[in-house]
Amino acid sequence: MKIITVAGTPCAGKTSVIAHLVRLFKSEGVEAAVAKFDALATGDDAFYRKELGIPAIKGLSDYVCPDHYYVSNLEEVYAWGKELKTDLLFIETAGLCFRCAPHIEGVPAITVIDNLGGVDAPEKMGPALSLADVIVVTKSDMVSQAEKEVFRYKVRLVNSTAAIVQFNGLTGTGAVMLKRLFEAWQDVAGISEAALRYSMPASICSYCTGEMRIGKPYQSGNVKKIQLRPESERT
Amino acid sequence: MCTPQRIGPPTEGFRETVPAMATLTILSGTGKSGEPEAISRLAINAGECLAVVGPTGSGKSELLSDIEQLACGDTLSGRKILLDGKVPENHWSSGGIVAQLSQKTGFIMDGTVEDFIRLHGRSKGLERPDLVEEVLHMTNSLCGEPVLPESRLQVLSGGQSRALMIADIACISDAPLVLIDEIENAGIDKLQALAALTASSKLIVLSTHDPILTLMARKRVVMKQGAMSTLRETTAEEGHCLERLRAVDAVLFRSRDLLRNGQSLTDGVL
Ligand SMILES: Nc1nc2c(ncn2[C@@H]2O[C@H](COP(=O)(O)OP(=O)(O)OP(=O)(O)O)[C@@H](O)[C@H]2O)c(=O)[nH]1
Ligand SMILES: Nc1ncnc2c1ncn2[C@@H]1O[C@H](COP(=O)(O)OP(=O)(O)O)[C@@H](O)[C@H]1O
Ligand SMILES: [Mg+2]
Ligand SMILES: [Mg+2]
Repeated sequence: MKIITVAGTPCAGKTSVIAHLVRLFKSEGVEAAVAKFDALATGDDAFYRKELGIPAIKGLSDYVCPDHYYVSNLEEVYAWGKELKTDLLFIETAGLCFRCAPHIEGVPAITVIDNLGGVDAPEKMGPALSLADVIVVTKSDMVSQAEKEVFRYKVRLVNSTAAIVQFNGLTGTGAVMLKRLFEAWQDVAGISEAALRYSMPASICSYCTGEMRIGKPYQSGNVKKIQLRPESERT
Repeated sequence: MCTPQRIGPPTEGFRETVPAMATLTILSGTGKSGEPEAISRLAINAGECLAVVGPTGSGKSELLSDIEQLACGDTLSGRKILLDGKVPENHWSSGGIVAQLSQKTGFIMDGTVEDFIRLHGRSKGLERPDLVEEVLHMTNSLCGEPVLPESRLQVLSGGQSRALMIADIACISDAPLVLIDEIENAGIDKLQALAALTASSKLIVLSTHDPILTLMARKRVVMKQGAMSTLRETTAEEGHCLERLRAVDAVLFRSRDLLRNGQSLTDGVL
């Protein structure tokens, strides 16, 4: 089973990209399944089942940190894919913070970003973009060639090695190019000892356990404070 | 605790280099009903322009999309695209190789035209002071309403935006291959536009319904039922026809201008 993590900003086109790929693979008899991680709600799993007729599940983190929820459930999702005997397991993540990346060492990592977020978007995206193996840029149909080129340059500043694939999520143009990359990817034999590519933020404080009030008396555990003055001025 | 790995400040100055390209070759596949294409091999060189013609639904956009995706037998048509006679190396990406002039007539970016041109120039290592002047000179030769350095991108008209996009591709973009899908109704001088792009020694593939653009391209492939059915070159006689068509076009252009400026048309004008 090949596993592919697919990260990206909300509504960047992750589902559109996966759907076009799945259609191509299906026509060759390659089977796919998708696990969607999200924070509060998603209709993606229903979309995959209904529109593509493939197995799909969702995991909603709800009151738990979405990043921690994601990593805590990877073994379960892997086992689910194994049981299905699927050839490809896509793990689509949304709702993770920009401080985090779902990408795993040894597992092909795709990050989807659209051309519409502005030229400063790549810089702000953090490890999800800088640690991806493949960066899929969507919605090029909405911008000029110059804007595309500037955007690509900005993506390159953040990740100098990833393959950058232009993808039209509406028509599927770009899907065959992305698919060519899959040939080089190996089956993943197990996920249990694999490591994340980027650590997750520490979060063991009172707010993690449901505290909602503001103020020092309610804060305990791992609390980090803003620096209002430069180091030199502090006594 | 968290120990940031590879992430850090962007490496300033990183720039991709685009390989020069002399020929584009299309190896045939099949048409809509699976029959082999009549044209089995089609090659165009840098500085040349290929027109793709045929009725709506005949497969013009599909051919352009095959080129954009550097098809290697894995698209609907089964065609193969070779660059300089070879299967391209990084065939999962045509980003730096193919530039597209789409039907888009506006920018999503905000800011002044000057800043925009400089930003794009910087991303390609072009910092020369007269870059803005050069791009705007060409822009304004394509479009009646002048674009100024201090104009804001968001207030440009469709025609102005289109003209700027074309001049920008000709002057700044380093992609050796340009794909154009039906630009005729863009409110610009399409003949000048095509001339500007060809002059930049790029290789151009243009799908069109316009007889003037078709003949200007000198080479044309005729699409039928999804297949490349005929390949023609503009003949000497067609060259003469082109001159006459241009005269007709000029009359249409002038009449349109007069009428929309509130004047009445007279025999003398025609
Ligand atoms: N114009 C245009 N629209 C696109 C493109 N790709 C995706 N879209 C549209 O963008 C919207 C969001 O696409 P999705 O594929 O659902 O995005 P997503 O990243 O899976 O979204 P979440 O999982 O909810 O975060 C849909 O309406 C798509 O049709 C593209 O290349 N061009
Ligand atoms: N060689 C081909 N094989 C299979 N389908 C094709 C082929 N060429 C075109 N088509 C399909 O025919 C339809 C019309 O083609 P299109 O390229 O959009 O035509 P045009 O741009 O000339 O109007 C599209 O759905 C396209 O996918
Ligand atoms: Mg989705
Ligand atoms: Mg078309």
